[in-house]
Amino acid sequence: MKVREIAEKLGLTVISGAAGLDNEINKGYSSDLLSDVMGSAGSGDIWITLQTHKNVMAIASLKDLAAVILVKGFNPDPDMAEQSDEESIPVLGTSEDTFTINGRLYNLLKQ
Amino acid sequence: MKEFSADLHIHTVLSPCGSLEMSPRNIVRKALEEKLDIIGITDHNSTRQCREVCREAIKAGITVYTGVEVTTKEEVHCLAFFETFDILEAFQAYLDRYLPDIINNPELFGYQVVVDEEENISYEEPKLLISAISQNIDQVEAEVHRLGGLFIPAHINRQKFSLTSQLGFVPPDLIADAFELSKHTSVEDFLKQFPYMRGRTFIRNSDAHQQEAIGSIHTRLRMEHTGFDEFRKALQGKEGREVIL
Repeated sequence: MKVREIAEKLGLTVISGAAGLDNEINKGYSSDLLSDVMGSAGSGDIWITLQTHKNVMAIASLKDLAAVILVKGFNPDPDMAEQSDEESIPVLGTSEDTFTINGRLYNLLKQ
Repeated sequence: MKEFSADLHIHTVLSPCGSLEMSPRNIVRKALEEKLDIIGITDHNSTRQCREVCREAIKAGITVYTGVEVTTKEEVHCLAFFETFDILEAFQAYLDRYLPDIINNPELFGYQVVVDEEENISYEEPKLLISAISQNIDQVEAEVHRLGGLFIPAHINRQKFSLTSQLGFVPPDLIADAFELSKHTSVEDFLKQFPYMRGRTFIRNSDAHQQEAIGSIHTRLRMEHTGFDEFRKALQGKEGREVIL
């Protein structure tokens, strides 16, 4: 499934990195410890987090992630949004919390 | 030039996780025993015990670098030190503004008290000090430096509440006066894991929450005297001042 479809079906806002909306999603990974994501997330994952520091994008790029979802209405720091545009890795926003968006995403990817 | 022995990361009874015996008097007594010339007072998100520690330390001929261990929005622990009580108070106002209104439950987290010379409680902090403030690491760094303070990310090798655990790696453009390593690693071992940190200034401290830990590891500073500006120069490696680990 492409990032674009996920965004549409889950009602996510495209905050930045729209050029990467056709990235293909493998599975999801949820964590707010960037060290953990660096060790455990896989290529093509969509990453659910509340961290808004620009290091998020560096790790997303390093791990070749498909997109990042920011929960609870959080917005990326300006330099994080910039890097998301540069790397074409979309940052998507939701007002929902991690538990809720994880559940919905899981059901969607399982279909 | 002289060499001074410093343990710059010490919690007091004010930190909820700090032992109740960590009164200013006991901290200074132990620092004397350990032959420390300089101690850093760094409670979680509060500077309110610093003055009393200074009062005790002056009597013992020990210099105090007054500071705090800030928990940033990303839950990265960072040490900050300030030269005067006025500046310390300005930073305290910043902490008070951004520390969330979560009330401490002493039974769960521990007591958060300021004690005076006679070891009587002079203040109890109602807000939970181990919460994260609502300012990110760049905002905290900017405020510390705006006030002329020193900004030192704490125990950056640790797997919790550290720059590397929370943010994966040290942001290359972060302006830090030094980086602290915990007792669990050496500069050499740390650099093997994080080679891009070569050439940065490191300090090592005890992060003492109990008396026994004070001075268990320390940093030596080569400086003319223990003044704050000398400390700044030592961290910068300027004019013959330096950190010796």
